[in-house]
Amino acid sequence: MLAITTFSGLLVLLIAAALYLKARPLLGIHKLGSVILGSTWSPSNGQFGLKPYIIGTFWVTGLAAVLAVPLCVLAAIYLSEYAGPRTRAVIKPIIDLLAGIPSVVYGVWGVIVVVPFISDVLGPYAAIHWKRIPFLAAEDTTGFSILAGGIVLAIMIIPVIVSVADEVLRAIPTECRYASFALGANRLETVTKVVIRKALPGLVAAVVLGVSRALGETMAVLMVVGNNVEKLPTSVFDRAYPLPALIANNYGETMSIPLYDSALLTAALVLMVIVLGFNILARVVLLRAVREGV
Amino acid sequence: MRRRVMETCFKAITCAATGIIVVILLTIIWAIAAKGWHTLSWALISQAPTGDYYMGGGGGIANAVVGSIYLGVGATLLALILSVPVILYLRVYADGSRFANLIRGLLDVLWGVPSIVIGAFGFMIMVYFGMRASLLAGIVTVAMLELPIMIRAIDEAANIIPRELDETAYGLGSTKFETAVRVIGRQVLPGVATGALLAFGRGVGDAASVLFTTGATDNVPQSIFTRTLLTHPGEALSATFLKPASTLPVAIFQLLNTPFEAVQNRAYGAALILVILVLSASILSRVLSASLGKHIIR
Repeated sequence: MLAITTFSGLLVLLIAAALYLKARPLLGIHKLGSVILGSTWSPSNGQFGLKPYIIGTFWVTGLAAVLAVPLCVLAAIYLSEYAGPRTRAVIKPIIDLLAGIPSVVYGVWGVIVVVPFISDVLGPYAAIHWKRIPFLAAEDTTGFSILAGGIVLAIMIIPVIVSVADEVLRAIPTECRYASFALGANRLETVTKVVIRKALPGLVAAVVLGVSRALGETMAVLMVVGNNVEKLPTSVFDRAYPLPALIANNYGETMSIPLYDSALLTAALVLMVIVLGFNILARVVLLRAVREGV
Repeated sequence: MRRRVMETCFKAITCAATGIIVVILLTIIWAIAAKGWHTLSWALISQAPTGDYYMGGGGGIANAVVGSIYLGVGATLLALILSVPVILYLRVYADGSRFANLIRGLLDVLWGVPSIVIGAFGFMIMVYFGMRASLLAGIVTVAMLELPIMIRAIDEAANIIPRELDETAYGLGSTKFETAVRVIGRQVLPGVATGALLAFGRGVGDAASVLFTTGATDNVPQSIFTRTLLTHPGEALSATFLKPASTLPVAIFQLLNTPFEAVQNRAYGAALILVILVLSASILSRVLSASLGKHIIR
């Protein structure tokens, strides 16, 4: 039992170590800094710059966070402060159930709904009216874009953020609310001046947890984001090529090019470090927030 | 007066946000169902693809349906075999210790690892052992993905079991091992069922981890329940597990990437099958945890 327990705990370290070992041949030749900041990815010429992919990842994830966070925080406030037990009993399971929908299904939805909407409706509209607005300029887009990836990803992380944020808000002692009511404050004032202020670290952690999930999300994004790195994106209507998509599209196939395998596993290592960095940060803050709240 | 208006507005906004989220999520299911409903047929589920299937020819996706079920069940069983000792150890032998918390923390971190990274790691192990893309490689990889989900879910259930129960068992002269297996093991059973179903749902739907490891084939995996299993078990098992297999998520991805509309429509049917599979596992886990939970001492 002890052996299996220890093994299950060490598995994550084993993964990190294996990736590092496989990344070493590349990192022995190129410095880690030059791989992360290098902007050309041309395996046949021995150039392995990950910068466009890392930037692509952050574009899509950042957009997803911008779209999801306001909705999620408001919904979590409704669920924890306003909703009666019966409403909660209906809405919570729906959100939890939908959190389990496979990412490839969200990808299919993106392809049949979001992509056509962007190419037929939003794209043409933006091309005329949003020319001057930074990040929103569109030139004849196919719909496969950062925006499509961001929308799909936002919807995928909504259940995660809502349920964690709701938990954080509910961990704030009811006495705090009663004290505020006793001073004559209404719900709105109590929420904004007492509850949110106390729950802020936990709410940030909920968002960061959602973001860390989004950073590593592969299939759904891969299917709608366009997978192209001709130029660094300047608008949400541009295509991008996030790190997970790079790995998914190329790993396991062209192993004849020297260092290609090593470069893709370096990409996996970089992705894992970014994701786990966010993830661990969020968990540490959450642990503290929930413990102090109670 | 102004305060009351603000208050009402705020409540309306938060309520609307919740409504929007629920509606968006439900419309996704609805969109998939509406698109996939027409192509969903018994033939789609029961027939293997024929040669020109990817150009609109006859057949179905039985290869992926059966492949996914083998993969999901196999990975869940493997993860379960590893999980149960871990849970019993954490609950009985290392209850409340720093070691237990460290393991829990590491498992949470493992949960956070993107499935594409797990997939790449699975591929590395596969190559290391000189294996080819196969059902077994997929099962091992998906089991790694399911392990933290399952352990943490069951662990939550095990932690609720009152400590007095252990004391009672010790008082009656049982050893720690007997307590773990006979007392805690029995009490945690509903939690095991819920955790396993939860992990099954996650494992069956994940595409990125099986992309490199199970490969893809038009053949339906050979049933393991054949007569050769009794006479030549090694051959029978390797004919099933050492062959590549298709899975629903990968099949959906492939079908959608074909240029033919008729074939793309099948992707919607396949997506609907996958949604039904995952949601029924999830709903079943809720029902089970409610009904099995009745006989649990709290």
